[in-house]
Amino acid sequence: MLLEVNEIEVYYGKIAALKGISLTVDEGEIVALIGANGAGKTTTLKAISGLRPLSAGRIWFDGRDISRMPGHLRVVAGIGQAPEGRGIFPGMTVQENLLMGGYARRGKKDAELTEVYELFPRLAERKAQAGGTMSGGEQQMLAIGRALMARPKVLLLDEPSMGLAPILVAQIFSIISEINRRGTTVLLVEQNAAQALRLAHRAYVLETGRVVKSAPAAELLTDPRVQAAYLGGDLNTGSALTNSKPAHPGGLA
Amino acid sequence: MGGIDEKPRGDTAVTDRVNPRVGNLAARVRRSVSDASDVLWRRWEQAARWQRWLVYLMLIGLAIVAPSPVIGSFMSPFTDWPSLLFNPIGVYVLLALGLNVVVGYAGLLDLGYVAFFAIGAYTLAYFSTTYGWLFWPTLVVGVTLAAVSGVILGAPTLRLRGDYLAIVTLGFGEIVRITAVNTDEIGGARGITNIPHPPNLFGVQFLLDPLPYYYIILSLIILVIIFSIRLERSRVGRAWAAIREDEDAAELMGVPTFRFKLLAFATGALVGGMAGVVFAGKVIFIEPNNFPFILSATILAAVVLGGSGNIPGVILGAFLIAWLPERFRGLAEYRILFFGAVLVAVMALRPEGLLPSRRRRAELREGSGGMGRLGGEVGCASASSEVISAEARQ
Repeated sequence: MLLEVNEIEVYYGKIAALKGISLTVDEGEIVALIGANGAGKTTTLKAISGLRPLSAGRIWFDGRDISRMPGHLRVVAGIGQAPEGRGIFPGMTVQENLLMGGYARRGKKDAELTEVYELFPRLAERKAQAGGTMSGGEQQMLAIGRALMARPKVLLLDEPSMGLAPILVAQIFSIISEINRRGTTVLLVEQNAAQALRLAHRAYVLETGRVVKSAPAAELLTDPRVQAAYLGGDLNTGSALTNSKPAHPGGLA
Repeated sequence: MGGIDEKPRGDTAVTDRVNPRVGNLAARVRRSVSDASDVLWRRWEQAARWQRWLVYLMLIGLAIVAPSPVIGSFMSPFTDWPSLLFNPIGVYVLLALGLNVVVGYAGLLDLGYVAFFAIGAYTLAYFSTTYGWLFWPTLVVGVTLAAVSGVILGAPTLRLRGDYLAIVTLGFGEIVRITAVNTDEIGGARGITNIPHPPNLFGVQFLLDPLPYYYIILSLIILVIIFSIRLERSRVGRAWAAIREDEDAAELMGVPTFRFKLLAFATGALVGGMAGVVFAGKVIFIEPNNFPFILSATILAAVVLGGSGNIPGVILGAFLIAWLPERFRGLAEYRILFFGAVLVAVMALRPEGLLPSRRRRAELREGSGGMGRLGGEVGCASASSEVISAEARQ
């Protein structure tokens, strides 16, 4: 067990965003968290990476209790995150952004840089461009590449498909599976449930701060209830996929 | 932060140069000014090392001969020029350089910066009049006390962001002033009189002549400039830049954000305290009203006007803010009106400041960077918390 989240609760003021979420991620897996807006997906990731304090529950990572560990130390421990909205440093160049990703580790970062540029040739072309002037897809690549610079054991990805054209989504997702193939565990939050379920090994369905279902991803893809709610099967009960993003069947390499 | 909107921004860097005839007058002026400054910057960046050193040496030379009456007769026809050079110009420049660490580097909006200036000034005033401490050792004590008070203020408040931090620091500035008014031990509202001047240094007497004080503050300014540049280019400076541009992301990169914000606060406070001690060493008499909120606001205006985060810009901004009202003293009370008009015009024509750093401009274009939006970060943070609470309500 690489990561174990045990009955965590997170509050924003008096409002409970997470009401006892439990999940586990094994080494080498891709695990997806799917759910509608406000289900608590992003908050769960923030709690794991230390940006949000827990009110209750425990988080275990790599055999250690990290529930009270500050965020910057969790990076050292091996948790990397590409945050919601990408979190690119707009005034830094692509290369500077990547080097920031390796901030926690002193010393040379040439090997990591080479690897990231190999994964994302697009970034290599734009080394000297300011992060803020890049397109959304490029920024997403940069966010993922930057998180990889710290050589994380688990990579947390918050809506990597958000606001991207379908072809870019497909590209990003194939890179995620490549990153996973190279040995990095991935915990993925997605509203684009169809894509996420095709990519992931296992998935959790979140609703209003609780896990309502967990199963192998392939099983959820064919689950009629999940189909109705998240895969656009029935628009009357659907929530996540009805507002703006149609599911894009296929497209994943 | 610019998440959902998918604009093809990739090409803006290439097509940035629009036809200069397009747009209204203000936009055209703005564009041509920024183009001209781009050209200058590129020149500067390509200049050889010796050329840059030559410019530095010339600037230092200029600062050394600045008090001469020849320059003074033009720069300040109404007031004694060397006095002006010490206060407000020298003091403002030093304060602005200190505040630049907090605002320009770490992106923390500090509206109570004058508190550290006051703490430095009161340290010298109190210890020299009560215990007869000499100027130089007290300078060290004052600087230390200011830095410590920076940590004391920062430790509980730096968990706040943007506007909230600004309000708390504003409160701190007022608390320090009002405490001074109400503490009889340090003179209360009457302040402290008969503050001794610094002892002779290299045979130079420190009396009423402002010139020696100007050279003290000039050397301190040069010291702080070197210190700032070293800091900015270090690991610490990179951490500050990351915090300024996106604090959460910085934490996710493994930057101990809280510790570095505290360090920025303490560093800024240290410089503010330094300015305070030197100021008190010159003026003989200080009182709480020497340290009003408006001084914090003025120094902040200097930093933002000049181009926060960029040392030449900050110095230029502080110089203009200190010098312009004195230069136009002949216009009597209208000068403040003109001064305000000039500030408004500058911010309208050049919102990123007179001499912004290139990075700063990129941040402003993106609309992030803490101070870059002057508290706009909070607008964003509260917007996202609204989203969150809306999410949670579902």
